[in-house]
Amino acid sequence: MTRPLTPNNQLPDRIHWTWQDGVVILAMVALIFAIVDTAAQFTGTYNAKAVIATDPKVLPWYTAQTLLRMAIAYFLSLGFSILYAYVAYRWAIAAKILLPLLDILQSIPVLSFLPGVVLALVALFPGQLLGVELASIILMFTGMAWNLTFSFYQSLCSIPKELIEAATTYRLNAFQRFWTLELPAGVIGLVWNSVMSVAGGWFFLMAIESFTLGKESFQLPGLGSYLSKASNDGNLVAIGWGLVVLIGIIVVLDFLLWRPLIAWAEKFKLELVESENPPQSSVLDFLWRSPTLKLFTQQIWIPFTQTVDRTLTHPHRLADHSRRSATPHTPHPTPHTPIYWLNWVFASGFAFVVLWGTWEATLLLKVLNPEDWWQVINGAILTTLRVLLALTLSVFWTVPLGVAIGRNPCLSKLLQPVVQIAASVPATALFPVLLLYLVQWGGGLQVGSVVLMIMGTMWYVLFNVIAGAQSIPSELFEAATVYRLSRSQRWKTVILPGIFPYLVTGAVTATGGAWNASVVSEYINFQGKTLTTPGLGEVISQASAHNNYPLLLAATGVMSLIVVLTNRLIWRRLYKLAQDKYQLL
Amino acid sequence: MVTTPALQLLISLKDVSKGYGQPSGQSISILEGINLELFEGEIVAVLGPSGSGKSTLMRMIAGLIAPTRGQVIYRNQPMLGLNPGVAVVFQSAALYPWLTVLENVELGLKAKGVTAALRRQKAIEIIDIIGLDGFENAYPKELSGGMRQRVGFARALAVEPELLCMDEPFSALDVLTAENLRTELIDLWIEHRIPTKAILIVTHGIEEAVTLADRMIVLGRNPGRIRAELKVTLPHYRDRKSPEFQTLVDEVYKIMTNPDLKVDGIQADRPTDMPTVPTSVPKYQSIPHVRAGSIAGLLELLEHRQDEDLYRIGQELQLEVNDLLPIVDAANLLGLIEIKEGDIHLNAIAIEFIQGGVDERKQIFRNLLLANVQLVEQIHHLLQTTPTRRIPEDLLLDILTRHFSPEEAQRQLDTAVSLGRYAEIFGYDEPTGELYDETADS
Repeated sequence: MTRPLTPNNQLPDRIHWTWQDGVVILAMVALIFAIVDTAAQFTGTYNAKAVIATDPKVLPWYTAQTLLRMAIAYFLSLGFSILYAYVAYRWAIAAKILLPLLDILQSIPVLSFLPGVVLALVALFPGQLLGVELASIILMFTGMAWNLTFSFYQSLCSIPKELIEAATTYRLNAFQRFWTLELPAGVIGLVWNSVMSVAGGWFFLMAIESFTLGKESFQLPGLGSYLSKASNDGNLVAIGWGLVVLIGIIVVLDFLLWRPLIAWAEKFKLELVESENPPQSSVLDFLWRSPTLKLFTQQIWIPFTQTVDRTLTHPHRLADHSRRSATPHTPHPTPHTPIYWLNWVFASGFAFVVLWGTWEATLLLKVLNPEDWWQVINGAILTTLRVLLALTLSVFWTVPLGVAIGRNPCLSKLLQPVVQIAASVPATALFPVLLLYLVQWGGGLQVGSVVLMIMGTMWYVLFNVIAGAQSIPSELFEAATVYRLSRSQRWKTVILPGIFPYLVTGAVTATGGAWNASVVSEYINFQGKTLTTPGLGEVISQASAHNNYPLLLAATGVMSLIVVLTNRLIWRRLYKLAQDKYQLL
Repeated sequence: MVTTPALQLLISLKDVSKGYGQPSGQSISILEGINLELFEGEIVAVLGPSGSGKSTLMRMIAGLIAPTRGQVIYRNQPMLGLNPGVAVVFQSAALYPWLTVLENVELGLKAKGVTAALRRQKAIEIIDIIGLDGFENAYPKELSGGMRQRVGFARALAVEPELLCMDEPFSALDVLTAENLRTELIDLWIEHRIPTKAILIVTHGIEEAVTLADRMIVLGRNPGRIRAELKVTLPHYRDRKSPEFQTLVDEVYKIMTNPDLKVDGIQADRPTDMPTVPTSVPKYQSIPHVRAGSIAGLLELLEHRQDEDLYRIGQELQLEVNDLLPIVDAANLLGLIEIKEGDIHLNAIAIEFIQGGVDERKQIFRNLLLANVQLVEQIHHLLQTTPTRRIPEDLLLDILTRHFSPEEAQRQLDTAVSLGRYAEIFGYDEPTGELYDETADS
């Protein structure tokens, strides 16, 4: 009955230390040092008069600061989303509140949070650099957290029933259940969404690291503010250098961080079949075989987890367990139990906060006069039209290209990493260059904003269409050939229905991105001037820049309302249609 | 296996029922009036058609589900929550894909708080016993189905349970692997190489049950209840071809193919003064889930083999009881066949059906459906009386959910629609979810 170990289990271990291991050790040391050093710079007094240099020589230093900010914001988002999604999963009553709340939060553009967050933190840390740094980190957090939360919640809800029963019957305690079942089930979703979140972070970088609030302008040394200043000055050389560094960093991150993570996440796939083309990463392979990692795992990581396990595991006693409930989900708790009262306190506390918030908001909104409202409504209509136009144009050119790439395996293998990276490069960084040409051609921001929206969102659609085209079974195409379908028939009967579910997903993400982009594309500081075009994004940016809170609230509320309504009325219907009619068997 | 009079009682179920309430106030019962005792040193098989609640019964014994009425007694005390002496083996092994074989097996031990060294030692021992030596650091996706189920066994046995509960453990495996694992299980049991005191297997395979079990419990459905208890006293490594084996299988078949057959020994044990569960609505007819084509196919196969043993036919056609019984039930319901003592007898109308052409068959089928199947008759009547001759399926689902669980209601409707479409009584428009009248009359 015994067989030798299958080849997969026997990665040839390297026994000797090579120079690459030395590099790994040095890199770890250097990373720790860099983090500590950079973080030290975040404290101290805030020098409002500091000028962002546009000399390329400061770029490495600025980039380091930006990366640190993003890293902190990311880990904050990760922790938040795991906690939030887990609470919503475990307690159904919390889910009733938390999920719609998440929906709303997701629809509020990042920059609407700006005045509130900044003022709060500046008040907390008056005159300190830390206040402004924290503000930028929190703003970045609001751009990263929501999709991670949704993804983790979805993963938790789709855990197969038998795995949960196994955890119950083998009596895993709450921590073990979380660590062995619930968290691993979410890893794949979290990894992919992390890629998206960080890409979102890059998108808003410029707007987060240097912004105006009322009469004050805040600037933090970083890659984003560098690009802002350079584009403001019209300094093409500086912009060029900035872009080179930006794209370079994105490529490096992709290679060193995302690829290995995605390849590692394959381990957590729920289907027990090896996929045909599993993602590969040479970095991951290198790390698996390195003695350094082995040393670290054995000497530090494993003892750590064992200690944690020991402290959190109680040897089970018969009496205890006979009283514990068998199911993880608390059913409707009976009255008089502590959980029941806790639920009530939670729900009523929340209700109170909502009522109080609504009251305050109404007071604020009463300040506005009809002209303001007209501005908001008018802006809403215009921006909606722009979003629709951007979506239509994106779909128009990405669908044929996506299908062509998706059906050609060699091409897709080559181009998919390129598309992934292109999707990460923020269009906001390329805006200034684009604007120059647009201004020369006299297009104005009317056209410009739509172009910018398209640039920011077309990658999502392309990405999804490629995946959709790949998933259509070749037999359907073979049948089309055998029955001699014409080209238009082939598109109508095979291709478009086949990619429909993916197209819907892409369109939803693209529209969300377009709304977010509207705030930065309808109001731009360029070459010392401020270019604007009437729209809801412009209203928000203006209101934010001039401290006009009532207007900001009204405009944000309207935008949020439109996004949430579109979600419920249009996207949900389309998703259902995709599931019912267009699901591939 | 010699039964000693003083066998230890492990678990007993006293008058256990499980049902759940619908929003309409009606309660749907899955199991009713279950009285069961499990002793040390025996393997018990729970048999039954789908929908008889056998998985629910096992989960109540394991403590995953609580009964609505009645008590589960463990060690002379009513059991609350999980049963501490039970480990479960699931149909699909339910392994965690991101843990190695060793980590999966250690799972239960870890939860018990066993130290790392001892845990590892125990796990390696049990992996060895179960025959997976050398695969300790393999991941589930590298293993075949049979090997994964072995890991499932190893995981359950590692916690040294008193009672090992298995939910159709071999049905996801191919025939040879299943046979292999069954034999190995018996090996381990006879040689006392596993610390388990009793085994409970839920299965739908009659032969599997007769091969493994010392006692077979046959469940019925509508309502789910124990219909029969049969003892198997054959010595182990039972020969499938031996006459005693075949007799037992035959007996079980007889019981299962005839839902109304009263089995001695069980009905008599129920105290006569025990009130039956009052139902305010008469029992709603449940349609077996079959397609018209299978019924026609069965009739054609039986054309020249009347009065034959159903069990033999099933064996020859390589049909599992789960596949054959619903078709037989449906044919019985429609009045095409009669079952006498486990033998099938074709009625005159069935002969007509077989010998007719497509049109005649449809005509006969139509008449039989309208006469015998309550749901189809109801739908037809509704369609005739509605001005538009169209009704939404939700209307029917509302009616059905009063008598069945939501999933079962949907399945009943799907079956009725499929039969009605074949007979051209009504049609179904999937996008709108409407049924429309197909009969050509005015």
